[in-house]
Amino acid sequence: MKVVFKTVWDLPAEELFASGHRACAGCGPAIAMRWLTKVAGPNTIVVNATGCMEVTTTQYPETAWMVPYLHVAFENAAAAASGIEAAIKTLRRKGLWSGKTNVMVIAGDGGTYDIGLQSLSGMLERGHRVIYVLYDNEAYMNTGIQRSGSTPKYAWTTTTPVGKAIRGKIQRKKDIMGIVVAHRPPYAATASISNLVDLSNKLKTALEYTEEGPTFLHILAPCPPGWRYPEERTVEVARLAVETGYFPLWEYDHGKVRLNPPTSAIAADPKRRRPLKEFLKIQGRFAHLTDAEIEELEKDVVANLEYLAKLASL
Amino acid sequence: MTTALQKARTVLALTSNYAAAYAVKAADVDVVAVYPITPQTTIVEKIAEFVDDGELNAELIHVESEHSAMSAVVGAAAAGARVFTATSSQGLELMHEVLHIASGLRLPIVMAVPARALSAPISIHGDYSDVMNTRDTGWITYIAASAQEVYDTIIQAYKVAETVLLPAMVAYDGFLMSHTTEPVELNDEEEVRRFLPRKDRPNVLKPEKPITMGAFAMPDYYYEIKYQVQEALLGSLKVIEEVDREYGRTFGRSYGVLQTYRVEDADYIVVAYGGASFGNAREAVDAAREKGIKAGAVRLRVFRPFPADYIAKLLADVKAFAVVDRAIAFGGPAGGPVFAEVVTALWMRGIDTPGLSIVHGIGQRSMYVEDFVKIFEMLKDGEKSKVVYMGLRL
Repeated sequence: MKVVFKTVWDLPAEELFASGHRACAGCGPAIAMRWLTKVAGPNTIVVNATGCMEVTTTQYPETAWMVPYLHVAFENAAAAASGIEAAIKTLRRKGLWSGKTNVMVIAGDGGTYDIGLQSLSGMLERGHRVIYVLYDNEAYMNTGIQRSGSTPKYAWTTTTPVGKAIRGKIQRKKDIMGIVVAHRPPYAATASISNLVDLSNKLKTALEYTEEGPTFLHILAPCPPGWRYPEERTVEVARLAVETGYFPLWEYDHGKVRLNPPTSAIAADPKRRRPLKEFLKIQGRFAHLTDAEIEELEKDVVANLEYLAKLASL
Repeated sequence: MTTALQKARTVLALTSNYAAAYAVKAADVDVVAVYPITPQTTIVEKIAEFVDDGELNAELIHVESEHSAMSAVVGAAAAGARVFTATSSQGLELMHEVLHIASGLRLPIVMAVPARALSAPISIHGDYSDVMNTRDTGWITYIAASAQEVYDTIIQAYKVAETVLLPAMVAYDGFLMSHTTEPVELNDEEEVRRFLPRKDRPNVLKPEKPITMGAFAMPDYYYEIKYQVQEALLGSLKVIEEVDREYGRTFGRSYGVLQTYRVEDADYIVVAYGGASFGNAREAVDAAREKGIKAGAVRLRVFRPFPADYIAKLLADVKAFAVVDRAIAFGGPAGGPVFAEVVTALWMRGIDTPGLSIVHGIGQRSMYVEDFVKIFEMLKDGEKSKVVYMGLRL
């Protein structure tokens, strides 16, 4: 990661994502949008998949976007972005486009893990110079909290209710970073809205590497109504996800895996990891979990950290 | 100064698919996104040759599906590029969602569609089931009847689409045309580029003037935005005719929105679309006239917007008409989709000419000239108001 910003005071002041949009109070993704646009700057075309961020920010005739913005459909943001990137390439060759323009996809977990996975894979394989940003709130929040391929095991959603026979989601969360990295892009990283300097530096790094090919940013963005916690605790929940090891911060940079603080410290010294329970207990979606289930999830968290540490040691 | 008409003629032996590729090259298209599917594939193969040989300065995006093909050209057109895609059958079905978005976003995309039957059972052969399923997507839809017309129509389609800001598809018979070689006269490419000057579109994605495209519309705005598509599409008929005439003046070939054959004194008219149907219909007209039936034929060259006034005028005073559909409107009131359209056009104008709905050529079931002669005989015998599934084994 290139360190462009050392502290929050170094982050850009210019706002390109207007207030007054219709996202919920305490919306994690809206925080991500604000910083993504600030850091990427005005020479950025945003391609947004259908989802919360599209619906709450573009209600005709108003828009929160002060950069060029395109929404086409749910599953095809990466394909539409491929087309924009190809258009810029040709138009530049023909003298009809000037200046550097970032093409940035912004898609939720449904639009990335599930319905948009094919178009994402196509875009990565073809090597389009596009940065793909996944804001992950771990379910289909826009349609009312249905489980996605990103929803963690045992979590309550409206389609994985806590019933008498089955309690929450049965399956594990999909390893989207693993899928992306398997395409060998120049750069892919995870980030959290709780760690803004890290997030902003990763975005800057990704934008620079996008000159070579596609880059990917996986941002954890908690959702108060979907995760069922009080709206003023969004950043705290995001921070606990990182500090409990539930959501490790790491990057894949030209074949090399690197763990980033605080994940690097947690992986090196397990005592520095906070118990997973601290992340789970403030969320209503995990309220039904038994101690045995929490223990199982904690084992998964530890195993994942060990796996990433092994990758980083290669 | 020499005009295009005075320049040396270039005539090549081309399939309709290759003719489409040559038109794309002449139009100096910027971005092409295509996924292989029979019988479309030879279009993208030819375009790939043009791009790799440096004859076409375009980006060819090898997308991973037709859904992404349409999505990529939507993105590229939104960024101001001139774009092209092509597909058939299942591919057109997979694109379907994005077809509506392309017209709703008012993007001048041009697409070639060698028409093919739909699964199941899977069939690679031709009929118009795929094209007819796009009826209400807001696309301008041409149906060409020769390789020459495919070439000319794709060039015209760019001019029309970029004028009215709607996408346009150029359909033609899968295999019977897509893979049949015919002589095609090519235009001087410089002349084509003068015919298709690059114009700045007002609403494109540019950092200098940020706009939001693909917004979310509530019930207070949605209806008006969709009505504008309807207005633009209906209004495009005039532009289609003007561009066709201008093309005729520049390059010496024009087609109109309908092609007619011996209709002036006809008592009975067969309405058809596509090369094979109309070719048979014309031969059948001659054969029927030898038998003393005053027969005539009409070919629908533009399906959307539907040229209702022209059709109604032609059919108002004849004794009876038939429409030959190469698609089935399953469960519908009239057997064939275009028959239903023609009847509606007549009804809306208070015309009650008797009509016969003929379904034929499904999954490329052979259509014979004698079949079409029989249609004229049925009309003469007073058969009307029913659906005939011709060529069907029962």
